[in-house]
Amino acid sequence: MQIAVIDLGIGNLRSVEQALNAVAPNANVLVTSDAAAIDQADRVVMPGQGAVGTWFNALSERGLEQVVRDSLDSKPMLGICVGMQALFGHCEEDGGVDGLGLFSGEVRHFSNFHQQGPAAPRLKIPQMGWNQVSQRLDHALWQGIDDQSHFYFVHSFCANLNLNAEQDCIYGEANYGHQFIAAVGRENVFAVQFHPEKSHNDGLQLLKNFTQWNGK
Amino acid sequence: MPLAKRIIPCLDVDNGRVVKGVNFVGIRDAGDPVEVAKRYNQQGADEITFLDITATSDKRDTLLHVVEEVASEVFIPLTVGGGVRELQDVHNLLNAGADKISVNSTAVFKPEFIREASSHFGSQCIVVAIDAKQTQWLDKGDGQDRWEIFTHGGRKATGIDAVEWAIKMADYGAGEILLTSMDGDGTKAGYDLKLTKAVSDATLVPIIASGGVGNLEHLVEGVKLGGADAVLAASIFHFGEYTVQQAKQAMRDAGVEIRL
Repeated sequence: MQIAVIDLGIGNLRSVEQALNAVAPNANVLVTSDAAAIDQADRVVMPGQGAVGTWFNALSERGLEQVVRDSLDSKPMLGICVGMQALFGHCEEDGGVDGLGLFSGEVRHFSNFHQQGPAAPRLKIPQMGWNQVSQRLDHALWQGIDDQSHFYFVHSFCANLNLNAEQDCIYGEANYGHQFIAAVGRENVFAVQFHPEKSHNDGLQLLKNFTQWNGK
Repeated sequence: MPLAKRIIPCLDVDNGRVVKGVNFVGIRDAGDPVEVAKRYNQQGADEITFLDITATSDKRDTLLHVVEEVASEVFIPLTVGGGVRELQDVHNLLNAGADKISVNSTAVFKPEFIREASSHFGSQCIVVAIDAKQTQWLDKGDGQDRWEIFTHGGRKATGIDAVEWAIKMADYGAGEILLTSMDGDGTKAGYDLKLTKAVSDATLVPIIASGGVGNLEHLVEGVKLGGADAVLAASIFHFGEYTVQQAKQAMRDAGVEIRL
């Protein structure tokens, strides 16, 4: 089994690679920016860190948008963090960036949703740390993971529950000043705002589930 | 369900071994960093921090190797600091498997470095470490406590006010602040809660309290009284006084949101 981890030259992909190697020792994990290799892979992981505008620039510089769109149509695919945010219609970051549009709705800065004023709880941005995820819907990727398990999050932008119409796509939610989308999916695509590769045993379980998932 | 407060065991690494200094001097060997990190991971640590206290750069490759080895077996966030001077250093550590890079002295000499590093790699992976000591020198006659920051592992005074510095670093793009009280470090008398509170109140980025933990109550105080988002400790874990699991239970018993 070939698993391609899309390399856009941003952030640390070693942890994703190493975590996949740990849960699927027989798989061939390839960190790559080669369109042909991504095209030939059985599964694709789309990680992301940093700013979404930079992420999309890197995607187009490497000529990978088409192969990403093809993969989204055809094989098990896992988006992580900015790799999840990129799947929405629009992201507010970097002055506004159009996303891949697999899910409707806009990814916005946390401060849009936090209460303001002296009595409001002071929430640090980025959200950095372990938060509990409510599993709203069953999914093969939740197998063996308890509802309300903690996962590791690092992000300043989030997909808001109410702004995003397709409630049947929302597999997980978490709360940081307001409820936001922690996991979203449709058909062969599953995407998470948190970092499974940094989320200890539950994160490894999710990655293991992904390596065994048939995308249905 | 708020965000859980983090417990972060810290490994001071010198030439590939875990050591623990008292007030930044006097060294006690605490083992092989890979083994120590694995033990904390099994105990449920939320994150692990490595601070390379090796003075010379030729030994830095040892640390890269340690980070690589730990990252292949430990799947929680790893922060690595010590001797980071160039963007290339950040790049190398991230590539070795670090998730966050802690910068101390270089931020003081070249604040722009924090701007560059955070815009290049993202704020989420740039931690500014501040070593601070209470001082009368910066007193402004307003009755407020003042702390001065130090560089070079606590050896050089800077004349810079710690709270003002934290605000500036957050503004430059630091994603987190690792705040060490030099008065407390190694004393086991508890965090400097006033310092922690002052910095936490002044900035909107997460604060890691460090320096002085002697018992589990100190961890609770760091969060409840100091307003810290994460608490860092070294020797109470290294020498087997407490496990990370015990620390987490104590925090939960005290009503702190924690990942057990």
